[in-house]
Amino acid sequence: MIDVKNLSKSYRVHRRAPGLGAALRSVISRRYEVVKAVEDLSFHINEGERVGFLGPNGAGKTTTLKILSGLLYPTAGSVRVGPFVPQQRDPRFLQLITLVMGQKQQLLWDLPPAETYAMNRAIYDLPRAQADETQKTLVELLDIGDLITKPTRQLSLGERMKCELVAALLHRPRVLFLDEPTIGLDVSMQAKMREFIRDYNQRFGAAVLLTSHYMDDVTALCPRVIVIDRGHLIYDGDLQQLVRRVRPDKRVSIRLSAAIDRAQLDKLGAVVSVDAAQVVLSVPAVKVNVVVRDALATLPVVDLTIEDPPLEEVMREIFSAQRETRDRAVP
Amino acid sequence: MTLRRAIRAYPTLLRVGLSEVVAYRAEFLVWILTTNMPLVMLAIWHAVAKDGAVGRFDQKEFTAYYLAVQAVRLLTSTWVVWQMSMEIRDGTPAAKLLRPVHPLFAYSAEHLAAVPLRALVVSPIFAILYFTAGDRLAIHDPMLLAIALASLVGAWMLIFFTMVLLGALAFYMESALGLFELWLGIHAIFSGYLIPLEVLPPWIRGATRVLPFRYMLGFPVETLVGLETHASALRELAVQWGYVGFFFAVSLLVWRAGVRRFAAYGG
Repeated sequence: MIDVKNLSKSYRVHRRAPGLGAALRSVISRRYEVVKAVEDLSFHINEGERVGFLGPNGAGKTTTLKILSGLLYPTAGSVRVGPFVPQQRDPRFLQLITLVMGQKQQLLWDLPPAETYAMNRAIYDLPRAQADETQKTLVELLDIGDLITKPTRQLSLGERMKCELVAALLHRPRVLFLDEPTIGLDVSMQAKMREFIRDYNQRFGAAVLLTSHYMDDVTALCPRVIVIDRGHLIYDGDLQQLVRRVRPDKRVSIRLSAAIDRAQLDKLGAVVSVDAAQVVLSVPAVKVNVVVRDALATLPVVDLTIEDPPLEEVMREIFSAQRETRDRAVP
Repeated sequence: MTLRRAIRAYPTLLRVGLSEVVAYRAEFLVWILTTNMPLVMLAIWHAVAKDGAVGRFDQKEFTAYYLAVQAVRLLTSTWVVWQMSMEIRDGTPAAKLLRPVHPLFAYSAEHLAAVPLRALVVSPIFAILYFTAGDRLAIHDPMLLAIALASLVGAWMLIFFTMVLLGALAFYMESALGLFELWLGIHAIFSGYLIPLEVLPPWIRGATRVLPFRYMLGFPVETLVGLETHASALRELAVQWGYVGFFFAVSLLVWRAGVRRFAAYGG
């Protein structure tokens, strides 16, 4: 469905030091430099897959999404989405995809979202019955029935984001490029958005490529992740395998009925945190059985859970390892 | 297929565009009121013509001319150059580029949608024009009236495409507004906005015949106030529509080439 081969994208960026002198000098002579946003990136995504696209700020995620949706021309390499080359922006391609950017919106600012929906229905040439049904379904799923007749500018960020999603999905795209779709939303709204995206993916068999700085989004939605740093691919595969590879330990969270001596905890494993009667231990995966048995036998346990380390930590470890490798390469 | 889809979508785009204009009605009216230069020029030339006509222009002719300039200017001008210049800088055209209808089609609908409201604002000016110089207007000659109406449509399209062309230059420059200011200065002289072209020295009049500015304002105004004959008006109409075709093609080419450079900043 999505096929990216040796994709590269460079920008020419004007550099100038601060201050009046530098401003005057830049009138006569400007210093430009080429920034490689994406370099030799290749991956393939199948129909119906949900893939997380991860990387630190400036890694090239948004640039890649913009190339995939036909907004930017690649400097080198090839990109196909279905049978289409995105930058040709064939109307059938534009009908097939949607791009939701948490920072940008397509809703008409001074009009109610219902007007944007009417406009999209006309632009995408959707039969009225189909458009009405899709709108009704999406509006019900997101519970925004009373919002779509208020001017967009009077909606809160979260409300706008939900209305934005309906506008982006009204034509039932088969490929969803979602760039920070939950940015600025509160925790319950984020959860609702995730549930909605998963539901849409299952209902319409749509491929989803998602970037997010909220690792909960990725953990909840994406069995597969593509990780990039400075435009380079550094991992493409199963999320759980990545976690196990980078952090082979497990997190054992224990709730206790009474406070205990720290020395007792140290015997079980590395203590990550102790907060009153709540303890988190880091334990090698092979020792989990033994540690759980000992904890239950020696501590006043009320509740005990075993989890993978948080994805944030995994990502932090990957990117700091990348930085160290780069620093060693550049003397 | 794309054109058919766009044509089918156009009535909805116009309706939504009109809703936006209505939402901005206060700003829209203030903007319209700022177009008052023709009235200032009318006062000046009215005083000049007090002691005798200037060429073919007596006081009544000046009144008819500048009222027509005011009306035609309000009906045909567009702010698409500001919109495009700002949007290209902050990456907003991304939303338009992601839709399966050409963005220029969407821009044209947004701006054409303002015309009915403008016509409403302009109607009192036409009424004054009729009562002060009704006998000189093209309305008594059906053919001249038809040419005047066609020239108004041509003027709107010509202005729209030149503004799109200037706006699309924002793909290449940091902002197209400086260039637009320059264009505005030249337009004021060569279009007949400040001074009727007949009153200008012959060498400037000659230049106006080969430049597009006259066809954006002076020609429809002159036709409307009966300064053109059938033959000259038809000839000028053909030139005007030739310019419309030319600027349509050039603006489309510049847009297409510009989109390749679009950096889609923001987000």
